[in-house]
Amino acid sequence: MIAKRIIPCLDVRDGRVVKGVNFEGIRDVEDPVAMAAFYNDQGADELVFYDITASAEGRSLFTDVLKRVASQVFIPLTVGGAVNTVDDFDRVLKCGADKVSVNSGAVANRGLIGEGARRYGSQCVVLSMDVKRVDGAYRVFTKGGRVDTGLDAVEWAVRGEGEGAGELVVNSMDTDGVKNGFDLPLLRAIAEKVKIPIIASGGAGNMQHFAELFELPGMDAGLAASIFHYKEVAIPELKAYLAEKGVPMRLA
Amino acid sequence: MIAIVDYGVGNLFSLRSSLAFIGVESKVTNCPDDFGMADKIILPGVGAFGDAMQKLRQSGLISVLQAQVEQGKPLLGICLGMQLLFEHSREFGSNQGLGFIKGEIHALDGALEAAGFSYKVPHMGWNPLNILNNRSPLMKYTRPGESFYYVHSFYAAECDESIVATSEYGIAVPGVVQCKNIYGTQFHPEKSGKCGLAMLKAFAEVS
Repeated sequence: MIAKRIIPCLDVRDGRVVKGVNFEGIRDVEDPVAMAAFYNDQGADELVFYDITASAEGRSLFTDVLKRVASQVFIPLTVGGAVNTVDDFDRVLKCGADKVSVNSGAVANRGLIGEGARRYGSQCVVLSMDVKRVDGAYRVFTKGGRVDTGLDAVEWAVRGEGEGAGELVVNSMDTDGVKNGFDLPLLRAIAEKVKIPIIASGGAGNMQHFAELFELPGMDAGLAASIFHYKEVAIPELKAYLAEKGVPMRLA
Repeated sequence: MIAIVDYGVGNLFSLRSSLAFIGVESKVTNCPDDFGMADKIILPGVGAFGDAMQKLRQSGLISVLQAQVEQGKPLLGICLGMQLLFEHSREFGSNQGLGFIKGEIHALDGALEAAGFSYKVPHMGWNPLNILNNRSPLMKYTRPGESFYYVHSFYAAECDESIVATSEYGIAVPGVVQCKNIYGTQFHPEKSGKCGLAMLKAFAEVS
C-alpha cells in the first residue's frame, strides 16, 4: 500500500534557504543542498522547494541550487514559485525537479495547468493554493497570500483537477503559523470533491496533528516547514509515531 | 560503462546523477558502437507506450538492443522502459513492444475496477516491495518491505514467470521483473532514495 508522505518545505531566496536556522549538525543552515541532504537522511518522502526570489539573478541561482540538490538527493523534488508559463516547467524539470507546483501563475494564466499536463503529464503538475476564509467562504489568495482572487477554493480545486493537475497542495492561511493543527474543515471540503492526492499544509505544530490529518479520507501527505526546520518535530520520530498508529509510512 | 538509451523520451538528469553518485560511469547515447562497448544498458522512459516505441524505432536502435541482449548483455528497463521490454501493450489500442520478456501491458484503472478498488491512478508514491524471488541479482541489497517510488498508470500483466517483486496497490503490481539478462523496474530507482541507489548498484554489479 502507498505510504502517506511527510514533506518538508524549503523557501529559497537568492540561492539560500530562508528560515533555516537553529539546526545542529549542519554547518551551513542556509545551504539548500545541505538541508536537502539532511532531510533525505531523516527519511523525508519528498522535498518541496519554493523559489521566493524576486530577481532574474536569483532565478538562475535557484536553478543552479536545484541542480546541485538533484545531483545528491534522490527522492522526488517538487518545485514552485515563479512558475507562470510552460517554459518555466521546462526550466526546472531540466534541472532535476520531478513535479512543478503552480499557484499564482495558474490564476493569471488559466491555460497553464492544461498546457503543463499535456506536455509533461498530470503527474508533473501540482496545483498549490493558499486559502483563507472570507465572509464564511473559502477564498483563493495569490501573490504569497496578498491578493484575494475572489475564487472559491473548492471550485478552484475541482477545476484544477479537471484541467489536469495531478496533485493539490492546500495551504490554509488561517491555520498557517498557528501550530494548532491542520485546517481539517477546509481539507475535508476539498477532499469531498476531488480524487487527486491532497498535500495538506499549514498548521502542523506537533505529531498528533499529523495523526489527525491522516484520519481524514483523501489525505496523502502532510507538508510543514518551521516545525521541521526548528526541530520541534523530528521526522524519524514522527514517522515511527504515525506507523505505530497504523498510518502507512515509508520507514527508511 | 553503462549506456543509457537516448531516444528522446524523458528526463535523464536524475538517472545520470544517481549513477554518478554511486560511482558508476554512464553515457547517454544513441550511437550503436557505444552499446557494443558498454558493460550494461539502461532503457529509461516516461510517457506513452506507442510514442516511445515509435521513437525507439526511429532511432534505429531496436536491432542494436536485440543484438546486445542476445549476446547476454544485461539490460535494465525503468518505468516505461520496463514496459517496453514486454510483447505488447493495450495502452490506447494495441502496440508491439520489444518482446524481450513474455507478457503484456494493461491499464491499471481497468484492473482496479475489476478487483473492486477505487484507488487513484496513476499509482504514484512510495510502496513497499514483496520479494518473490530473492535469487535475482537485482535484489542483492534489497530487503523485504523497503519502499520504492512509483509513478505509472499501466502495469505488466501475464508475466508470472519473470516477476521478482511486487507492490500491493489493489492488485499485486510487478515492481521488479527479470528474464535471464533482461531486468526491469516499474518504479524509479533513481528517485527511490538509498534503497533505489542500492538497486542501481546491484545492477551495475551484475556479472
